[in-house]
Amino acid sequence: MDKYVCNVCGYVYDPAEGDPENGVSPGTSFESVPDDWVCPVCGAPKSEFTKE
Amino acid sequence: MSAYEIKKDVHWVGAVDWDRRNFHGYSLSPKGTTYNAFLIKDQKNTIIDTVEDRFAGTLLCNVSQVMEPSKVDYIVVNHVEPDHSGALPRLIEACKPEKVFCSVMGEKAIKEYYGADGWPLQVVKTGDSLCIGSRTLHFLETRMLHWPDSMMTYVAEDKLLISSDAFGQNYASSERFADEVDQAELMRQVSRYYANIVLPYSSVTLKILEEVGKLKWDVDMIAPDHGLVWRGAGVGTVLEAYRRFAEQKPTNQAVVFYDTMWRSTERMAHAVADGLAASGTSVRIMSLKSDHHSDVMSEVFESGAVLAGSATHNNGVLPLVAAMLTYMKGLRPMNKVAAAFGSYGWSGEALKHVTEMLQGMHFDVIEGVRAKNRPTHEQLKACVELGATVAKALQAKIASS
Repeated sequence: MDKYVCNVCGYVYDPAEGDPENGVSPGTSFESVPDDWVCPVCGAPKSEFTKE
Repeated sequence: MSAYEIKKDVHWVGAVDWDRRNFHGYSLSPKGTTYNAFLIKDQKNTIIDTVEDRFAGTLLCNVSQVMEPSKVDYIVVNHVEPDHSGALPRLIEACKPEKVFCSVMGEKAIKEYYGADGWPLQVVKTGDSLCIGSRTLHFLETRMLHWPDSMMTYVAEDKLLISSDAFGQNYASSERFADEVDQAELMRQVSRYYANIVLPYSSVTLKILEEVGKLKWDVDMIAPDHGLVWRGAGVGTVLEAYRRFAEQKPTNQAVVFYDTMWRSTERMAHAVADGLAASGTSVRIMSLKSDHHSDVMSEVFESGAVLAGSATHNNGVLPLVAAMLTYMKGLRPMNKVAAAFGSYGWSGEALKHVTEMLQGMHFDVIEGVRAKNRPTHEQLKACVELGATVAKALQAKIASS
């Protein structure tokens, strides 16, 4: 599964880790992350992410 | 400096840091800086932002010139970076405010920095407003301009935008307004501040400028957290400057920076610069031994072309060049033509490394020149030609942009 990087702050979403603090369990592909999820570092929307 | 009324019942209560030369540990601030904080007298007396902790006494003294600190009802924290929030614990202790307003990300940062036990924090979001009596404060989150928590506060009745780090400059002065100081020097500091601090968030800057436009706020004064306050025509000047900065359109100027061991790379730098100048591109030559990386960055930001020279050292790049390129990469400049050059003693890897770093910054990279030991007449000629080629590529880029 691909990692995605936030264009705004540089945070990298790693599907292996997910974002458990914000309800995204490890193993969730970026495509399956809910649309209203935002970057846990800077709050940017999903649309601001590009494939690493 | 003493408290100063910038609008009726809106007082500057910040601190001027005259001898600050190293700003945040990475950028020079040759004109010093200021930490601006504002106190609004109304039914709910409100302080917006604070100062570095070592100036907490100055802040409280300035507040006391306007009113008893205990009469302050609200504190708004636009930005938690310690130069703006360092004095917050002392201020809260002295004022015992009813509420402390901050953004979602601001709340997290305040707790991480200060613990904030028992602080009356209240989160506000873009679009929220707060009535403080005869005035209403409107909040606009400006995430990543330049921290996740950043926000601006607009005081509608005063047409005043308190803009946090955006539109600021490191400029210590006895004056409080931008139109009261040397304009060329002021704009140099505005540009330097953008180049070394705001630049990576240029796409955010453009979005926020658009958002501010859509909100149709009537602004006749912009008060940033560092430096001088913009009023009258200055408001348009700084908004336009930020649009230009954020767009990063190439200019017909080049910077040639280098480090050298036995002056061979230095000779090449001058030859490259000659080629640029002869082809009609304005050029600055900067030795990394003489010029601080933040000074070089200011020129990189203003330039449409970047030429980086390094002698090969231990099969790699000289440390000052590596540091400069790393610093530059982090600031994410865009839309530039670039090339590398440098001399070497035996194996000559620097050219390849510097070229790859420039490519990594998505510049239009032109194949560079290297010379063994001392550049020959022919090799210096190749450097002049490299300068000319870069100038031509730059001018073509400007014409098509």
